[in-house]
Amino acid sequence: MLYFSKLRILFITFFSLLFVLIASSNLFKFDDSFFDKKINLGLDLQGGSYLLLEIDNTPVIEQKLQNLTTSIRNYFKEKDIKINNIKIENQNIYFNVLEKNKQTIIDTFTDENSDINPYYPRFKSHQLEIEDTGLNFKLNFSRQGLIVLKTSSQDQAIEIVRRRIDEVGTNEPNILKRGNNRILVELPGLDDPMRIKSLLGKTANLTFRFVTNDNNDSFGVEKLKFEDGIDEATVSKRIIISGDNLLDAQPKMDTQTNQTIVSFSLDRVGAKRFGKATSTGIGKQLAIVLDGKIISAPVVRDTIASGSGQISGGFTFQTATDLALLLRSGALPAPLNIIEERTVGPDLGQDSINAGMIALAIGFLLVIIFMFVKYRVFGLITNVTLIINLFILLGILTLFEATLTLPGIAGIILTVGMAVDANVLIFERIKEELRDENNNIVAFDSGYTKSRTAIIDANITTLLAAIILFFMGSGPVKGFSVTLGVGIFTTLFSVYFIARLFTSLYVSKNRDKEKLI
Amino acid sequence: MISFNKYYNHFNVVSSLLIIVSLVLLIFKGLNFGIDFKGGTLIELRSIDTKINVSSLRDKFSQMDLGDVSVKKFGNDTDYLIKFENKDNKKNIIEEIKINLDKSFGNNFNFRRVENVGPKVSSELLKSGVIAISLSLAAMLFYIWIRFEWQFSLGAILALFHDVIVTLGVFSLFSLEINLSIIAAVLTIVGYSMNDTVVIFDRVRENLRKYSDIKIFELTNISINETLSRTIITSATTLLALLAIYFFGGEILKGFSLAMILGVIFGTYSSIYIANTVLVRLRVSQKTVLREDNEK
Repeated sequence: MLYFSKLRILFITFFSLLFVLIASSNLFKFDDSFFDKKINLGLDLQGGSYLLLEIDNTPVIEQKLQNLTTSIRNYFKEKDIKINNIKIENQNIYFNVLEKNKQTIIDTFTDENSDINPYYPRFKSHQLEIEDTGLNFKLNFSRQGLIVLKTSSQDQAIEIVRRRIDEVGTNEPNILKRGNNRILVELPGLDDPMRIKSLLGKTANLTFRFVTNDNNDSFGVEKLKFEDGIDEATVSKRIIISGDNLLDAQPKMDTQTNQTIVSFSLDRVGAKRFGKATSTGIGKQLAIVLDGKIISAPVVRDTIASGSGQISGGFTFQTATDLALLLRSGALPAPLNIIEERTVGPDLGQDSINAGMIALAIGFLLVIIFMFVKYRVFGLITNVTLIINLFILLGILTLFEATLTLPGIAGIILTVGMAVDANVLIFERIKEELRDENNNIVAFDSGYTKSRTAIIDANITTLLAAIILFFMGSGPVKGFSVTLGVGIFTTLFSVYFIARLFTSLYVSKNRDKEKLI
Repeated sequence: MISFNKYYNHFNVVSSLLIIVSLVLLIFKGLNFGIDFKGGTLIELRSIDTKINVSSLRDKFSQMDLGDVSVKKFGNDTDYLIKFENKDNKKNIIEEIKINLDKSFGNNFNFRRVENVGPKVSSELLKSGVIAISLSLAAMLFYIWIRFEWQFSLGAILALFHDVIVTLGVFSLFSLEINLSIIAAVLTIVGYSMNDTVVIFDRVRENLRKYSDIKIFELTNISINETLSRTIITSATTLLALLAIYFFGGEILKGFSLAMILGVIFGTYSSIYIANTVLVRLRVSQKTVLREDNEK
């Protein structure tokens, strides 16, 4: 156990120096991209906002069911089958048919090439499940059908979220999917997430619809409130243009009225429809509806064929800017709820870094003094190893550009405390061996060998805990598991290569000395 | 040599009492869950104006209709920690609080930290915390079952349960807050306590193979003594590191390091006085390890 070949010594020296160099790249700037890596600071250390958003898919599901009832009715009408009493209740579609049509209905919905009920071969499942009691049918989304629906709404939502955050222009945002209905947003350096929260809290579903008094409008009507929450108007459900037709939207100052407005331009389809609607609807009120509320309902005075227009509604410059931003980035498929928020101000982050570093320095110093007092020369060896160990640990974290959090720093300090364990196990074993053995070399050798199982056992148990924490923990706590886990490997390396190398050099020089340890 | 084995029975009674008291506390008093597990809002404030005191701040917050609000000093004299349930999950609550505070105290506050955890997330976090602890116990059980004979596994697991339950018992007794970092601490305690037990067990097994004529009662004592200086040194350095975190690592890490400190102390104790006594009570002998050796 004490013999080292020249090659191995070279390797150990090289390896240690490499990681010292990588670790120090956090302090200096290197031109080489390999060395110019840095440990990322977690949001708890650099300050910033963490938001977990959940997509409320209920409206999406209901809309989809609504569309389905229409297409089912039309589909079977072509086949001369009459669907009776079709209705939606608790996210199920109910309907009944005549006896002679029953089998056709079942066959159509369970056919793998069904046009009306898509089949997902990958999941061996249809989009919809059908159940029948007599001539009454119940349709609802299958598990896979729901997953497909949710995933697609998540895909759309994350795109919109990304666009909105990019428009605000924050520093390196991190936007990730979580499960099939959540989106995680990390905004480093942002200490007041108010604006982003309010931007993400809006669906931004914009429609232009005529105000009507005709309750028999063939598209149906609904009563909507104005932004002030008091006035109401009856609005047709027929959508003239929607947010999808917008090409651009910008806040502007209307020089005539001195009001802040949002001006927009439409795509070709939108411009055509807008032109047609404004030419036939002169004198009517056109309501501009955002997320179920009327922003304003101006009277159409002229045909607008240019494909551009403006929205006024008593905006301040800020609200106009935000509305324009929302319209540019598009509507969310479903509302988002912020279900978790953690924001740390930059000064608390800096305080945490300082406190962590002071604790690390003091913990390190205490351990070093303790080891030196207890073991003298071998304490010194342990201490030098401990320092190199720390560098290697930081080096690995740097190399993988890992995220360092406050609990992560605690993990490093804890590693310092526990790293000496392996060396202590070895040294104590050597002491025992020296009681019956006069030859230093033999005693050291068997001390290393006999303590090995205990050391490996002990480290595996801590590693198991760290691994479980890594997979179950979230955010800052995950950082703790990373430093603790990586710390185990660096400790084993430094104990078995670096400390053993030093020990071997020292023992071979002093092989005849008594009471070596 | 210290005769640890003289007190095996005494300390078994002590351990049992500790566990019973802790369980009673956990069942009847329960744990003081922080917002991570209970849901709600937390704000860490720093006031620039030193004239503002905790009672005026408390009065102001109780007027804000936030439900059950707790306002406490946090570390420094100028720092405060405010917690409330935020039952209706109001969206602009932080903004409202800012406006309210500005009105009464002027613009004298710095919002250092804001955390808001919805009820769904908090129950998920609690669930995953419980799963994580159970998983780690199961993983330890599995590992030690592979490495040692079943009598050893039982001893180690009992020691682990003791450490986790008694540490949580202390948290319950003093109503210390349980948050995400405490779960991390408990998991680390599980690892550390196991580590400590395994080192002694390793020696017990080695001695069992070596000596056929020494009874397990004596043999555990010999093994404890042989590994004692290691046990003390490692516990000492780990505690030194943890004390450094506790006193200098800032308020946020206080609970975490306290849990770890308790865990290290209980873990060291249980390795000696629970894990080993199980071996004695199960009358482990040389045959136990030799049988296993033959099978392998």
